[in-house]
Amino acid sequence: MPPQVKRLALLFAIFIGLFLVARYFLVPKSFGEHGHYRGLSLVENQDQEPKYAGQKVCNDCHDDLMAVKAANDHKTISCETCHGPGLIHANNPDSLPLKPAGREFCAKCHSLNAARKAENIVQVNPEEHNTGQNCTECHNPHDPWEKMR
Amino acid sequence: MGKDEVKSRRRFLSNAAMLAGGIFVSVSNNSIGALLYATERKDTKGPWYGMGIDLEQCIGCGHCANTCKSENGVSREPFYFRTWVEQYTILNDGSVKITSPNGGIDGFSQQVPDEDIFKSFFVPKMCNHCEKSPCVQVCPVGATYDSPEGVVLVDDSYCIGCRYCVQACPYGCRYIDPVKKVADKCTLCYHRIMKGQLPACVEVCPKGAKIFGDLNDPGSDLVRFKKEHAWQVLKPHMNTDSKVYYNGLRAEVR
Ligand code: HEC
Ligand code: HEC
Ligand code: HEC
Ligand code: HEC
Repeated sequence: MPPQVKRLALLFAIFIGLFLVARYFLVPKSFGEHGHYRGLSLVENQDQEPKYAGQKVCNDCHDDLMAVKAANDHKTISCETCHGPGLIHANNPDSLPLKPAGREFCAKCHSLNAARKAENIVQVNPEEHNTGQNCTECHNPHDPWEKMR
Repeated sequence: MGKDEVKSRRRFLSNAAMLAGGIFVSVSNNSIGALLYATERKDTKGPWYGMGIDLEQCIGCGHCANTCKSENGVSREPFYFRTWVEQYTILNDGSVKITSPNGGIDGFSQQVPDEDIFKSFFVPKMCNHCEKSPCVQVCPVGATYDSPEGVVLVDDSYCIGCRYCVQACPYGCRYIDPVKKVADKCTLCYHRIMKGQLPACVEVCPKGAKIFGDLNDPGSDLVRFKKEHAWQVLKPHMNTDSKVYYNGLRAEVR
């Protein structure tokens, strides 16, 4: 073997060795466990804390309101759709969830819009329908027709 | 023509045929497909999640977009959404108007007078959790991947923020998180579904317009939804094998 090839081969061996050492320290431990990614990342993604409890949880303490809602027009709406994230409140009732207020809140679902089908959602024009008052003065949000029966 | 010349041409032709045959065989082989698409549906026994969206039911209330931001701590600025709602308005002259004020969170108001409207409807958008995700294929470091359940996730501690995936997504579902400076996107609420809860946007939809489920479970809501409706996916020509199935999707939707 000519000497310059020997020297080159040595150089190559050193480079490859350095590469392997660097790779050992740079590639995270769990990389490649399941595929071309860090396996631990799956666990990290799972560990994120939820903020919404799910409607079944509200039923534990608010079964009265739950029953009212379930028997009326808003039955398909989850408590947390209107009241926002409720897990903190469910674990500690002293920290209260949102209490929606104002006409815009109801209008997000009920305002007239050509894209809303009449059979899907009953609509009113908030600029005409009993202006100047909060919707909840006449409509109970958990039983919209309660006060008019 | 000399004999040698004929021989060398014959040799060339047979070599070329062998090479072409070899390439053909290896391309039709699955393992090359796996390299091309970077992902493969591995385990058909475990869950394989997807989402159905019923445009016939959506009332455009925007609670899905709002809830998603609360659940996942997404920046409240109006350019960052993991899921959002678009209002399509097709005018009588055939032109299409698309609006999405703050992703639908603040509610929609129809700007076009009724007599000019041919058809108007809402389209909630989100990550399509593609089986052949372009975003996964372009990631240079393996910081975005398909989970064993078919959910496309981001490894935020490994992402280098190069934005290739943001460019690659045909649906515009990725953004760079303004705080962490890494790619971010819908996780199908991985932290919830792995605990048996529904994704937050599904939980709060007042019309049941979003249907979450396991495509491998013949009894799941999603499989029933797919059976009962003539569903379509967005941009099928992109060959991404999207797992978000729309009922009532019109050709105007992009
Ligand atoms: C551990 C029992 C418990 C659970 C679970 C629970 N709550 Fe409550 N909630 C309470 C109590 C007690 C109060 C009354 C607190 C008070 O008046 O100081 C309350 C009050 C409220 C209020 C009124 C707030 C106000 O400003 O008056 C709302 C809204 C509410 N809960 C919504 C929910 C929702 C939505 C859920 C489901 C995610 C839920 N709660 C789950 C115990 C519970
Ligand atoms: C359509 C939206 C909506 C839904 C769904 C809804 N709420 Fe409410 N809720 C409201 C509004 C609005 C108020 C405030 C009423 C007011 O200010 O008079 C309220 C008030 C409350 C209060 C305060 C006490 C009261 O009766 O005024 C409690 C407790 C409460 N909600 C619990 C619940 C629970 C539990 C559920 C699920 C079973 C639920 N809500 C579902 C809109 C809603
Ligand atoms: C998240 C969307 C949403 C919100 C917010 C909401 N609603 Fe509703 N509402 C619905 C749906 C869905 C129905 C049932 C479908 C239907 O019949 O229109 C309904 C039904 C009703 C009805 C009965 C209509 C009928 O068919 O007779 C009234 C009245 C009503 N809502 C008033 C209100 C008021 C007042 C508020 C504000 C406190 C409110 N809604 C907030 C979605 C919503
Ligand atoms: C002064 C009391 C009052 C206020 C305030 C009020 N409503 Fe009503 N609402 C009624 C009465 C009474 C009816 C039934 C008669 C009618 O259709 O006007 C009704 C009907 C409705 C209906 C059913 C319409 C239909 O076609 O069946 C909806 C939806 C509704 N209201 C939503 C709202 C919303 C949203 C607000 C707030 C922006 C609101 N209401 C404020 C009294 C009120």
